[in-house]
Amino acid sequence: MPYNPSMSSAPNSALSPTSGSGIDADLMRRTLQAMITSRTLENKLSSLYKAGKIVGGVYLGKGQEAFSASLGCCLDQDQDIFAPLIRDQAGRTAFGEELIDATRTYLGSALGPMKGRDGNIHRGRPAERRPAMISHLGTSVSIVAGMLMARRMKKELDGVVGATCVGDGATSTGSFHEGLNLAAVEKLPMVILIADNQFAYSTPRSRQFACESLLDRALGYGVGAVEIDGTDLGACLQGIQTAVELARSGHGPQVVVGKLLRLCGHGEHDDGNYVPSELRQSELGRDCLDLGIQKVIDLGYATQTEISGWQDEAAERVQEAVAQAQTEPKPDPFKEDWRAFSEEGME
Amino acid sequence: MSVTYIEAIHQAQLDLLRSREDVFLYGQDIGAFGGAFKATKGLQEEFPERVLDSPISEDAMVGMAIGAAISGMRPIVEMQFADFSSIAFNQIVNHAGTHFYRTGVPVPITVRLPCGGTPGSGPFHSQMVEALYGHYPGIVVVTPATVSDAYHLLKASVELNDPVVFCEHKFLYRWLKAARISEETLPLGRARISRPGKHATVVTYSAMVHEAVRAANRLAEEGWEIEVVDLRTIKPLDMDTVLASVARTGRLLALGEAFPWGGVTAEIVSRVVAEGFHLLDAAPLRLNARDTPIPYHPDLWAAHRPTPESIVEKLRELLNL
Repeated sequence: MPYNPSMSSAPNSALSPTSGSGIDADLMRRTLQAMITSRTLENKLSSLYKAGKIVGGVYLGKGQEAFSASLGCCLDQDQDIFAPLIRDQAGRTAFGEELIDATRTYLGSALGPMKGRDGNIHRGRPAERRPAMISHLGTSVSIVAGMLMARRMKKELDGVVGATCVGDGATSTGSFHEGLNLAAVEKLPMVILIADNQFAYSTPRSRQFACESLLDRALGYGVGAVEIDGTDLGACLQGIQTAVELARSGHGPQVVVGKLLRLCGHGEHDDGNYVPSELRQSELGRDCLDLGIQKVIDLGYATQTEISGWQDEAAERVQEAVAQAQTEPKPDPFKEDWRAFSEEGME
Repeated sequence: MSVTYIEAIHQAQLDLLRSREDVFLYGQDIGAFGGAFKATKGLQEEFPERVLDSPISEDAMVGMAIGAAISGMRPIVEMQFADFSSIAFNQIVNHAGTHFYRTGVPVPITVRLPCGGTPGSGPFHSQMVEALYGHYPGIVVVTPATVSDAYHLLKASVELNDPVVFCEHKFLYRWLKAARISEETLPLGRARISRPGKHATVVTYSAMVHEAVRAANRLAEEGWEIEVVDLRTIKPLDMDTVLASVARTGRLLALGEAFPWGGVTAEIVSRVVAEGFHLLDAAPLRLNARDTPIPYHPDLWAAHRPTPESIVEKLRELLNL
């Protein structure tokens, strides 16, 4: 493949004191705010699940907020496409999803975007460039590719970027491979985030793939790639902003691998006891939210008092969104139209 | 002058590309090469940006089409063979099929499936897969048996706002000819009486319509009048036409080229028994292909699927002869 300046293999070193120093203060503040809001919401969702108020699963992105929110904030909400996966609450919030969409879908309000027909993180607003994920991993890559190809055919692609997120486990699927290969062949303005969070449910990386770094795979696809410290807000913003700019300026798909650790189970039904304590205590196991707050303070982009204010505000907004969804009507099986087709008479 | 079944499919795609800027074609070898069966011959020349070769990636081909469809386009995806749609199964049934119900946003994609057997094609280039897709909610399944239906139903499929699996039979591609494509057609979702009769009804679809008509012609020499119903689409399933025919004849043979376990013929018998038991003068019968993979050798292949001979035999059983 041609030399790609974005291809680099950054070792997972100690948090760089200088990372993020070139990032716009407003961008970093917005990203941290999304991380705080996401963590606050997810803590609440976990409590609601444990109290039996949420039926089905609750899947959290704890430990992945810096990586996910950085993407949401680096994209342009007015024109870009974002197809999140199960650990992207922070990215969804950063990309402009209203909290009420999350609480309505989790709590089964009939007024939510999925009307109780699908739940938890299987939500989206496809008409607003936010596809609703299905459970089959890797499938979103070709969906985003198609959304971009439609724009190319309609001569509306200029300046648009499409992005999606997967985990390390999803990179083992045929769907991921086919989708990324197609995007590369078409040289689409795409950013693919791989949250290398060490476990796919309970399966460690060593049982998932044999390459040392997922970065090595990008070479085979002929796409740009970079590996970053996914616990470091500054590194995430730098790496992802660059990837988004490269995609937007015609350099084809860009893969960003974020080295991090999932700080929760696969879902809230899972305590994640298979994660060795050495790993939890390693650099990978650091909490990106704590580090992000420290980073923003160290760079002088916000004060502790300001950040406490954001935390209070997030708690208040989350409480409101939960309370509102809880008072709303649930879907009624007798009023449900039970129609899988948009056209009449196809059943 | 005459038009073949494959030429009708080619013509429908050409007319759609010319009349609608939101239509595009995507598939393996469909560009300059014109497709494995030449269904897209010359189309890329006229529409270089809307007739695109894909990698050998059936999952991604359909995923891409879904993404494009929710962004305002009307993709037609060509599977090189229906058999390979198994790789795209997940995107078709779990992504496209669930999308409108889950999100309220329809997915107007048409996936063309060259299906059915031809001599020598073997286990992986001959299968009938319509029952698989019909089983899942949210997917329209179209099975044209005539040249005019190949044309009109393909156009109607692309105009439809929901996902369509378009099962076109390879055996009919060049063998089946019509003087011209008819101006008039039935709407998508309506079955047709291909051959009227009064002693028994054969309900079938796709290439088996022609085998059923051959069988009916042989029995006509003995004075039996067999009615043949061409379903045209298996989802929706036009039970009104089926039940009206059974009401006339009192006897039903459900005929299909697919494997025998479950499937369209089982669905037909089940519905006729449940909805029209009082119309039946005899137990309804089914005739399908055999329950083995589809054999390569032409002699084995010909005995694997229903033939006019085996259909005649089944009809004699139905008529108590």
